[in-house]
Amino acid sequence: MHGRIRTWGPGALVLLPTVLLLGYFVYGLIAWSFNTSLTDRHTARKGPAEYVGFDNYVNLFGEERFLNSLKNLGVLTVAFIVGTLIFGLLWALLLEKGLRGEGIFRSIFLFPMAISMIASGVVWGWLLNPSQGDDARGLNRLFSILHLNVLENPWWTGGSRWTTMASIALPAVWQLSGYIMALFLAGFRGIPGELREAARVDGASEFKLYRHVLFPQLSPIALSALIILGHMSLKLFDLIYAITGPNQFRTEVPSVYMWNTLLRSDMAKAAAISIVLLAVVAVLVIPYVAYTVRQESEE
Amino acid sequence: MRGGWSKTVAALGAVGLLAVSACGNSDDGGSGDAAASKDVTVFTWWADGGEKAGLDGLVSVFNTECKDFKFVNSAVAGGAGSNAKQVLANDLAANKPPSTFQAHAGAELGDYIRNGQVDDVSDLYKEFGLDAAFPKSLIDNLTVDGKIYSVPANVHRANVVWANPAVLKKANLDATKAPASVDAWIADMEKLKAAGVKAPLATSKGFAQEMVMEAVLLAELGPDKFTGLWKGETDAAGADVTAALEKYKKVLSFSNADREAVDWPDALSYVNKGQSAYTLMGDWVAAQQLSDKVPDSAYTYWPAPGTGDTFQYLADSFTLPTNGQTPDGAKCWLKVVGSAEGQKAFNTKKGSIPARSDAVATDYPKYQQAAMADWKAKTIVPSCAHGAACTLGQNDSILSAIGQFSSGMDVPTLQKALAAAVKPA
Repeated sequence: MHGRIRTWGPGALVLLPTVLLLGYFVYGLIAWSFNTSLTDRHTARKGPAEYVGFDNYVNLFGEERFLNSLKNLGVLTVAFIVGTLIFGLLWALLLEKGLRGEGIFRSIFLFPMAISMIASGVVWGWLLNPSQGDDARGLNRLFSILHLNVLENPWWTGGSRWTTMASIALPAVWQLSGYIMALFLAGFRGIPGELREAARVDGASEFKLYRHVLFPQLSPIALSALIILGHMSLKLFDLIYAITGPNQFRTEVPSVYMWNTLLRSDMAKAAAISIVLLAVVAVLVIPYVAYTVRQESEE
Repeated sequence: MRGGWSKTVAALGAVGLLAVSACGNSDDGGSGDAAASKDVTVFTWWADGGEKAGLDGLVSVFNTECKDFKFVNSAVAGGAGSNAKQVLANDLAANKPPSTFQAHAGAELGDYIRNGQVDDVSDLYKEFGLDAAFPKSLIDNLTVDGKIYSVPANVHRANVVWANPAVLKKANLDATKAPASVDAWIADMEKLKAAGVKAPLATSKGFAQEMVMEAVLLAELGPDKFTGLWKGETDAAGADVTAALEKYKKVLSFSNADREAVDWPDALSYVNKGQSAYTLMGDWVAAQQLSDKVPDSAYTYWPAPGTGDTFQYLADSFTLPTNGQTPDGAKCWLKVVGSAEGQKAFNTKKGSIPARSDAVATDYPKYQQAAMADWKAKTIVPSCAHGAACTLGQNDSILSAIGQFSSGMDVPTLQKALAAAVKPA
């Protein structure tokens, strides 16, 4: 008996603080938020609140502003993930082919990640100035100097939901493509040279080499990249706040809406929004966790 | 194995210490010994510029008048007060209110009153003689169910148009007189456009557009119906509101394309640089022009067209939070805020005018003298954008609708949102 405790005791003791802290600050608070979302606590007033079941959720999904924020979030996530994956993979391919001065390019591509979202949001807020023609500023000015006037556009202040949210995704793509590049580059480098040699000996063209030999090896990395980008996009708040300010219907996503709701002390509604957001993130993350656990147990 | 155990214990100890020190930090603010209880924590969003200078003015008076107490600045910068309001909401929810906090006088204060977070200060009004010093119309605006919950430090005027006479001259317009109505204003902007001014009206995101909408509503509905709108007494879905919003749409169509991407000082600089003829903004512009060293001759100002008989006000005020720390010190702060000396120290620096009607006009710069005369003579109406007429929740809904309108320009959607926002709860 004494011997058994010696085996698992230290491990359990090391884990205990983490488990307690996680239990309270993560799961406990999720439970508390969920509990709040079922009540009618719509003011900061103290005192007992009545349980109203799922009324807050029903109200949310009947509200144009919330549905609009969900749609914005969907478009933002797609634009962000697709954009970042394309640029990240493209840069990784270029560097993988052996470019001169690779180190410099790697730093340049990775550098934006070092900047906080709120800081880059302020700068991109200026770059995405919607003025065009003679008054153009920011990127529009750059385009007009380069005689690329067709590219000038009102960015997030005009046009469809797609143009709006893709403009918002642009700075995020700029910031995270380097990170995705690093992931893919590590993946490429991890593939043994013999595989390429063998494929070339078998007479595979460069295209076929990538298509059938290299890319399949990268699929676990692509999946992690997808998950990382996906949940980052769902939680995006600072960038949008910095570029458009808090009360912008066109670009509002659930996290910003939650902030606005909290400011008006509508605790129950804010909690309901946060639980919906959590559910959306969970839809993305849980299958991934299940997949990795299955993979690991197979190994 | 022994080494393993001792390492484990050491690691655990370190985690424990971290946890304890983290808790300790957060508790420092609450636990106070006898010396600390003399501290008066004053919560504001006045962190820089003329606002900070005004606060410093109040503090210097406080330091001489309230020698028993120590001023503790607990200002939170940024976001025109929205960051501060978030921090304040947390402190109040955690039952750790400051000694006194800044809040817009009027409906915005209603949130705190309904939540039971601020105390009635009517007795202090009698004690300090404020009921005689403030104009009756202001006191009426501050009174909720017969009680008053805050002491205003200043008064700002919201319905002011700032214009560039040189630009107006291009279209042969008279810079000294405001257009008589919104229609006349629109006609003038047509002329400016014809004279080559691309965006006659400079405006910026969020509350600046809300102020333009309010000014048009005020001009078209008149002071009584306008004030009634925010109380749910005027039908927000009515045809006269529709007509006014159509005019707002027309006015907004004369504004700069990047209005969603800039802030009010940028809009003001478009006017100063001659790119635009007008901007509509509160009278804190006077302090900004002063600090930007724009000469008096380079700009002019008048009440928003059609609103000349009214003074659309907003006021910063201080409260007595329920269960706040050092209530005696907080009362002394409120006394300073309401006193003639305190109001002079504050307002000459912040660019606003004193709420007291017995202030001496010659103590103040040129713009403020004119505004003080108007404050006495005109009909006082509240502003929604700055919390005098609307709660934080109403304003959030209206700002969201304003942003949506700026790109879609759909009047029925805006009116629907407006009607939903002002509906009494």
